[in-house]
Amino acid sequence: MGRKLDPTRKEKRGPGRKARKQRGAEVELARFLPPEPESGRKKLSSHGRKRAAKRRLGAGSGPAGRRPLGGGGGGGEREPTAEEQLSPQKEKRAVKAAGQTARGRSGFSDGNSKWLAPAKAKKTQPKGNHVELSSDGEVEEGSWEMEEEEDGSSEEMVDDYGASSSEEEELLPIEKAALKQKPDREGLSEDDSEEEEEAEEASKQKMGQKEEGPDLQLNLDIDEQFKLPTSEEIEKEAAEPPDLHVIHQRIQGNMEVLQDFGVKREEGRSRQEYLALLRRDMAAYYSYSDFLLTKLMDIFPLPELINFLEANEVPRPVTIRTNTLKTRRRDLAQALINRGVNLDPLGKWSKTGLVIYDSTVPIGATPEYLAGHYMLQGASSLLPVMALAPQENERILDMCCAPGGKTSYIAQLMKNTGMILANDSSAERLRSVVGNLHRLGVTNAVVSNCDGRQFPKVLGGFDRVLLDAPCSGTGVISKDPAVKTNKDEKDIQRCAHLQKELILSAIDSVNAASETGGYIVYCTCSIMVEENECVVDYALKKRNVRLVATGLDFGKEGFTRFKDRRFHPSLKSTRRFYPHTHNMDGFFIAKFKKFSNAIPQAQKDEEPAVEAAAPSAVPDPIISEPPPKKKKLEESKADKEQKLPQPALKKKRSLQAQRRPLKAVRPFLKMMRPKVPTRKKQHRVKANGQ
Amino acid sequence: MRPLTEAETRAVFEKLGKYIGENIQLLVDRPDGTYCFRLHRDRVYYLSEKLLKLAASVPRESLVAAGSCFGKFTKSQKFRLSVTALDFLAPYAKVGHGPERPRAGPAAPLSAAPLSQYKVWVKPGSEQSFLYGNHVLKSGLGRVTESTAQYQGVVVYSMADVPLGFGVAAKSTQECRKVDPLAIVVFHQADVGEYVRNEDTLT
Repeated sequence: MGRKLDPTRKEKRGPGRKARKQRGAEVELARFLPPEPESGRKKLSSHGRKRAAKRRLGAGSGPAGRRPLGGGGGGGEREPTAEEQLSPQKEKRAVKAAGQTARGRSGFSDGNSKWLAPAKAKKTQPKGNHVELSSDGEVEEGSWEMEEEEDGSSEEMVDDYGASSSEEEELLPIEKAALKQKPDREGLSEDDSEEEEEAEEASKQKMGQKEEGPDLQLNLDIDEQFKLPTSEEIEKEAAEPPDLHVIHQRIQGNMEVLQDFGVKREEGRSRQEYLALLRRDMAAYYSYSDFLLTKLMDIFPLPELINFLEANEVPRPVTIRTNTLKTRRRDLAQALINRGVNLDPLGKWSKTGLVIYDSTVPIGATPEYLAGHYMLQGASSLLPVMALAPQENERILDMCCAPGGKTSYIAQLMKNTGMILANDSSAERLRSVVGNLHRLGVTNAVVSNCDGRQFPKVLGGFDRVLLDAPCSGTGVISKDPAVKTNKDEKDIQRCAHLQKELILSAIDSVNAASETGGYIVYCTCSIMVEENECVVDYALKKRNVRLVATGLDFGKEGFTRFKDRRFHPSLKSTRRFYPHTHNMDGFFIAKFKKFSNAIPQAQKDEEPAVEAAAPSAVPDPIISEPPPKKKKLEESKADKEQKLPQPALKKKRSLQAQRRPLKAVRPFLKMMRPKVPTRKKQHRVKANGQ
Repeated sequence: MRPLTEAETRAVFEKLGKYIGENIQLLVDRPDGTYCFRLHRDRVYYLSEKLLKLAASVPRESLVAAGSCFGKFTKSQKFRLSVTALDFLAPYAKVGHGPERPRAGPAAPLSAAPLSQYKVWVKPGSEQSFLYGNHVLKSGLGRVTESTAQYQGVVVYSMADVPLGFGVAAKSTQECRKVDPLAIVVFHQADVGEYVRNEDTLT
């Protein structure tokens, strides 16, 4: 039997189905709702009102919470707040930012003000350059956040699920955010409950503890100090299947100790041991190979490393680029919205990008896509073309163009004038290039299938060159998790070597005397220093180029020094992008300007035989490599001999004839040079790949 | 990459003529330069002379594509027009939109008449069906240009004036009015869905 339609009872109509409340809901709510809102109070959402009511009911009874409301909001870098644990919903970072605006009010009025202090805002914006245009967080969340701030009196927060939130012990802010995002992670739910139980007992003690400082909350009780596992424990663990929950906790504890090593260390244990344990644990927890994790630990400081690893677990948002040859972003956005796609402009820095939040239709199959109105492309792939800034009527070379996203962007910036040579060494992937170029209506492109290293022999004299070099892919781990384990030292070295060859070819293919151009953009989707800064530094030494500003005003600057290597100071103009800071794939971009077409020859007195054999053609970069670069020869280096065999091995494909005189000269060299202790040099291409 | 022979040129122009009539000259003499057709691995490419110079210097084995592919010659030397020619055969100025939007596509023809004179508009419901490669039925037919002869080449549009592909009119306009809803009115020749369906065979 259906519900009888009662015309006298008017259903409340409003946005969404849930506007229809069940009969009696008003009665229930009246129990919770305050009699009347205080004047000047912000109007609370229903969720907020319930919380307020519960707080009032439960205040003073039950386990004392803690309520570091001062820490409200904030991205992952801020200190742990249990708010994050409370809210079952995913936090949008925008919301946090919104929540922070209300933090202006100082201090807390109740008795907790002694130990409860508003946290210093370390970062007010989640790295300001957030690509993901945060849609204004739902009003509900925002008001809920702000209400938290205002209501500093609540000591114990009981969330809707009845579990009382408690001061988080060891969870870093990013851990909390991770907890939020991975409710299905097996370890985490246990984590919560365990933390809560522990914390409930400990919280009474903590209540009286003085906060050590506004931005460091004591999460550990003194008697719960993190201890390194003993060898028996290690053996036991090795025997059993790994318990992610335990590992996770250990990671947190370990990080805690490492942050404040002097105080929290165990006597007699070195930092190395802690680091080694951390590395093992993180490798187990996030499924990375030890090699890769070591490399990452060199690049990132520890808290950032966790952010990076977490960011790699989550896919980046889907982004598209409007094809301005056929439509305008406005029109496209309208058309897609009509189809049921939820999207937003990508950011201030891009006039053609759109980010897709969700969609009812497959984005890769809409009639607009098929008509070539847009292209599915990662946000970071827009950057190198923006840096390249191709002008109309130029000749451009795109050396590694597949699947054609950057090429088509170049064409659209040039408005189909000029010429583009789109090259790729893989014939299979070129099919997608042709398909994309046709679909998007690019008419000024020639597609070729050559090895990039053959340029400029095939064709030279371009105005600009874009080299999106093949790399290890460590920046796009979220797209391809296999990279976590299948990359090792040799792979990185191989990539670096190929990239060095390609960049020299790219530089040689540009005409420095071109009126409008003379630029080379080198980019990779990797974050490894060997593939990025080292290659750039190598090119600077080998050719008459200099680095110029990329024109991208956001992004982290490239390294000018790394471990024991020192790079040219102009590397500050290169840019690095990371998944955890910019919410786009890891990327590296460098822009060169070629100021002379001449290829710097190697030092003359070193190897006259080689000089004679080497014509000034493509082989030059390879030949001039074994002789040292433009360094003074008086400072002899024993590792020159080391360098010589290595290129001979790796470049066997090219110019074996020219290599032979080299080999003959080498023993001569050995006699010439007195052996001196190897002085650490940067950018040498050693066989063991350092 | 070689120029087309007499016979080949005739075949191509004949096919093109079915869709755009006598306006082929407009394709060749454009305000931004002379364009030409070239044959490479049985495919006909349409490119400007400037691009030709660049394409000629690429070694033949390495050249994959140049400019835009219009179609290919089958083994028996018949010319099949492919969907990649759509941009050039569809008219430039779109009906129903206000001032000329900035088009960086092929330049507008010298004459005011659009290149393609015979158009068919398809209702939103049967858009998808056409994009899957099916013929257009009377029930999916939105509009059709007047005086379309039978077996005339037509360009198929969606109601939003987005070109979807080519076809051949199965019935003249007069007959279209009389025929029953499930009859085929446009034979499918090429559609943009092929970019997704037949990615591999585009090259």
